[in-house]
Amino acid sequence: MSDNWQVAGRSFTSRLIVGTGKYKGFEENAAAVQASGAEIVTVAVRRVNVSDPKQPMLTDFIDPKEYTYLPNTAGCFTGDEAVRTLRLAREAGGWTLVKLEVLGEAKTLYPDMRETLRATETLAKEGFEPMVYCVDDPIAAKQLEEAGAVAIMPLGAPIGSGLGIQNRVTIRLIVEGAGVPVLVDAGVGTASDAAVAMELGCDGVLMNTAIAEAKDPVMMARAMKAAVEAGRLAYLAGRMPKRRYADPSSPLAGLI
Amino acid sequence: MSTATLLSVTVNGEQRRIAAGATIAAMLRDLGIDPARVAVERNLAIVPKSTLEQVPVEDGDRFEIVHFVGGG
Repeated sequence: MSDNWQVAGRSFTSRLIVGTGKYKGFEENAAAVQASGAEIVTVAVRRVNVSDPKQPMLTDFIDPKEYTYLPNTAGCFTGDEAVRTLRLAREAGGWTLVKLEVLGEAKTLYPDMRETLRATETLAKEGFEPMVYCVDDPIAAKQLEEAGAVAIMPLGAPIGSGLGIQNRVTIRLIVEGAGVPVLVDAGVGTASDAAVAMELGCDGVLMNTAIAEAKDPVMMARAMKAAVEAGRLAYLAGRMPKRRYADPSSPLAGLI
Repeated sequence: MSTATLLSVTVNGEQRRIAAGATIAAMLRDLGIDPARVAVERNLAIVPKSTLEQVPVEDGDRFEIVHFVGGG
C-alpha cells in the first residue's frame, strides 16, 4: 500500500525529516540520515569561512541531488532576517521549498508568531513555499495557512529539549483544522515521542537533536524510522476505544 | 601595483583588497571559493548565479558569501 504524502506539489514516501546539525562529523551525519530513511534534510545557511574556504562541506557528504535540502532560518530573530536568509538559500540551491522559523528569544527558542506570520506573507508573495515552525496554537496555524504556509510545523516541546509532545490536544486540533500537511517540529526525545505525533494524525515529524545527541545516532535514526512508520500505521489502523475497566481477551464460555 | 588599482571591499565582515576590474566570480576564485557552490549578496541585494561572471566588483562593495551547513 502506498502511503505517500505531498507538500507543495512534491510527493514523499518517508514521513521523517531530519536535521543535519550537532553531529560529531559529516560521516556520522550521513550514516544517520541514510539509516533514518529520510528524503528531506534541513540545512542552515551560513557565511563561507573566507579564511579557510577549503574545509569539507556538507554537500560533499549528503548529496543535494539525492536528498531534498530544506533550508532553514535558524538563528533569525526577525522576519526580515529570515526572508533575507531564504533569498540567499534560494540562490544557493535554486528551489523555493524552505523552512521558516523566526525565533522570539534564545532561552526557549519559542517562535515569534507576529514576525513569523509577516515573513510567511512576504515569502509567499515572492514565490517561496514555506513550511513554517510555529506554536501549537490552532488559530495561529490557520492564520499561517491563510498567509501561504505550505505546511504547519508546530513544536511538540522546545527545540532541543527532548521533552516529547507536551500538548497532544492542541496538536490534534491543528491536524483536524489544517488543509496543508502538519508536522511536529521540535521536542521529540525518543522513538515513542515520534510515534505519538504520528498517532495523532500528523503527516510527519521533523527532528534533529533526538538523533544527533543519542549515544548511537545511527541506531536511533533506525528507531525513529520504525517509530514514525509504526505511529502512522496505528493511526491508519484506528486504535481501539479506551475503557476504564478490564475486558477479558479469552472467551468466558466453556470455562472448566 | 599602485593602490589606485585596488578596490576596498568587505567580504563576510572582513576587509579585502581586490584588483580593479575583477568580476565577482573572479574575486571568489581568488579567495579559493567555487562560485557554483555559494550564494552571493552584494550591498543587501542577491547577485544571480548566472551573472557572477559578468558583474564587476566596485569600490566599497559589501559582500555576503554563504553556503549550506548542518542545521536543524
